[in-house]
Amino acid sequence: MSIRHAMLALLSEGPKYGLQLRQEFEARTGDVWPLNVGQVYTTLQRLERDGLVESDEPEAEGPQKGFRITPDGAEELDEWLRTPPDLSSPPRDELVIKVLVALRMPDVDVHALIQVHRRYLVELMQQWTRLKEDEGHFDISFALVVDAELFRLDSVVRWLDTADGRLKRAATEPAPPATFPMPKLRRRVGVQQ
Amino acid sequence: MNVLELSNVSKVYGEGPTEVRALSGVDLVVDAGALVAVMGASGSGKSTLLTIAGSLEQATAGEVRVGGAALSRMSRNDQARMRRRSIGYVFQDYNLLAGLNAVENVALPLELDGMSAKKAQSAGMAALEELGLADRASHFPDELSGGERQRVSIARAVVGDRQLLLADEPSGALDSTNGEAVMRLVLAACRRGLAAVVVTHDAQLASWADRVVFLRDGRVVDQTMPPMGIEASLVSRGPNS
Repeated sequence: MSIRHAMLALLSEGPKYGLQLRQEFEARTGDVWPLNVGQVYTTLQRLERDGLVESDEPEAEGPQKGFRITPDGAEELDEWLRTPPDLSSPPRDELVIKVLVALRMPDVDVHALIQVHRRYLVELMQQWTRLKEDEGHFDISFALVVDAELFRLDSVVRWLDTADGRLKRAATEPAPPATFPMPKLRRRVGVQQ
Repeated sequence: MNVLELSNVSKVYGEGPTEVRALSGVDLVVDAGALVAVMGASGSGKSTLLTIAGSLEQATAGEVRVGGAALSRMSRNDQARMRRRSIGYVFQDYNLLAGLNAVENVALPLELDGMSAKKAQSAGMAALEELGLADRASHFPDELSGGERQRVSIARAVVGDRQLLLADEPSGALDSTNGEAVMRLVLAACRRGLAAVVVTHDAQLASWADRVVFLRDGRVVDQTMPPMGIEASLVSRGPNS
């Protein structure tokens, strides 16, 4: 998550004070991502240095100092919004690594290990889903954050389920003759406008 | 109060070389007001567990109690009466009767149990209203969307004085929004006092449950702890975490 671009997005609505930016950032992310004042002012100073925002009184300090976005800042924000995050390479996923390591350890029951992680993930999902019971009490941003977290955790559970089934089948089938290198994916940056 | 109790339940199909052990020594207790999800891969015994819990099939060994009454000590007629009065079923493919409209489908189990048609229709209408389907009462199943059909089947499952709701992949054919709506209705029924068991392979649906039980090769291998509040862990996360 880029605080820098979140600040630019908030300032694209109109000039705001530093303290106001912090409060609005937290409110719009459903209070899921708390920010400290230091992070806000450091970010704003860098944005000002880079010419992406400007302040009423460049020499002034404190919560009453107002900021507004510059044309360069608006352009930077627009480009950031349209640039897909880099998902082209698999992340260094600790859970995947644990399962792969366990496969090499003859004394480890991989299915039992997978179940430990599956239970933990489903318990986390239960906690997030509990929040949805009171969905009427929170705003659309927080609802989207909760959905995103549930889909993310769900995808990990699905991977564990698939791995579980694949390993079960593999135990009764002959091993493939060779291993294949990881495919290299080309990254495409930007979206056609 | 235990609404459903399975004690050391096993189920074996066939015998000799064709023998298939679908369930082995399953213990499960579901209290009034509780929503329990059963997760497991295909062939893990989830659906068998549900049909045995609902007395649609007999266990090979072990005991099943519904509302404290042991199924093995009931006559077939008593079991059928208990199924009509105490247990509601929800299936993936809805199982609504095509020739009956929504309210007639919902009222059917009450009428089969001897209630007058007028009273049964009135109760059916009340159940549909509770699920926001009053304006669909006179529609036939083929005039309803998939989500609406499943809501009608839930109304049919909770109408009357049911104690236990059993659902087998209740949102299997629905998109995630309608699937969530189904689970909200099941949870609402539990909050009114029903006990429910939902069998699913979908973790997002299972996560609506108070407890998730994991089945593998016919055995209960694990279960989740009751969900706690998540707020404390959320606020400790920074934006870059």
